[in-house]
Amino acid sequence: MSNEKPTIVEAPDGLAGEGFFATSLDKVVGLARANSIWPLPFATSCCGIEFMATMASHYDLGRFGAERLSFSPRQADLLMVMGTIAKKMGPVLKQVYLQMAEPRWVIAVGACASSGGIFDTYSVLQGIDRVIPVDVYVPGCPPRPEQIIDGITKIQELVKNESLRRRNSTEYKELLASYGIE
Amino acid sequence: METAQHSASYLPIFIQFLIAGGFVATTILGTHLLGPKRNTKKKLEAFECGIESQGNARLPFSIKYFLTAILFVLFDVEVIFMYPWATNFRALGSEGFLAMLLFMGLLLLGFIYIIKKGALKWE
Repeated sequence: MSNEKPTIVEAPDGLAGEGFFATSLDKVVGLARANSIWPLPFATSCCGIEFMATMASHYDLGRFGAERLSFSPRQADLLMVMGTIAKKMGPVLKQVYLQMAEPRWVIAVGACASSGGIFDTYSVLQGIDRVIPVDVYVPGCPPRPEQIIDGITKIQELVKNESLRRRNSTEYKELLASYGIE
Repeated sequence: METAQHSASYLPIFIQFLIAGGFVATTILGTHLLGPKRNTKKKLEAFECGIESQGNARLPFSIKYFLTAILFVLFDVEVIFMYPWATNFRALGSEGFLAMLLFMGLLLLGFIYIIKKGALKWE
């Protein structure tokens, strides 16, 4: 099985010739960003354990370019929130999100991060989209590593197709303003 | 005449150095001036895993770290001097041997001083 040729990401549409390849900048930047996402694992509970399995050799998230995890938001692209977030943890999560450099994406892994899960109590935040904007939700309690990889693949699609000027668009600015983020 | 040829032949190296340095400076300045920035007050706060940072990161620390490092540098330089002596050992003969003995003897005096003063004591 190790002798098979590995699957490589297919090149975008462009003009290919002898020793050169011409395409648009958006596509190249999107391709580069999508296949080299550096995640920040904000692992709080059981979904964190499933994430450990995802990063390990059997399910290997590193195949998709996410080999280098970063626990500092300054060097991370994707905030992976995995686990139950309490209301006390909400401002902490928001501060970590604010300290990430643009472009940044957020994936909510598991039922607790998406909507509070089975913990509909006074202390649990009912979904992290109450404090930060979320791009992809991965349901499950906990989701299997395959589901987490599916979520990452969807994030990759988002990253690949994101316009370079998205940060200046009005709808994005309104989205951030609704969360109180400048 | 020979020296004029020699100094002119260094010109390509100088130009290459300018190009390398110029490329580095241009890219750093270019990204600094042209890159989009979104600096808000909360974003610029020192990262402390999401909670408020307290105090100054610059605190006094014990001098034993500095002493160990600087003494290592000194004696490492002495070892570096011994490498060319080792390659030309026979050619240098007894003169070279005596000169190296003098060199190492002076450094040995310094080493005795360090030990007596207790600079290498790590508590």
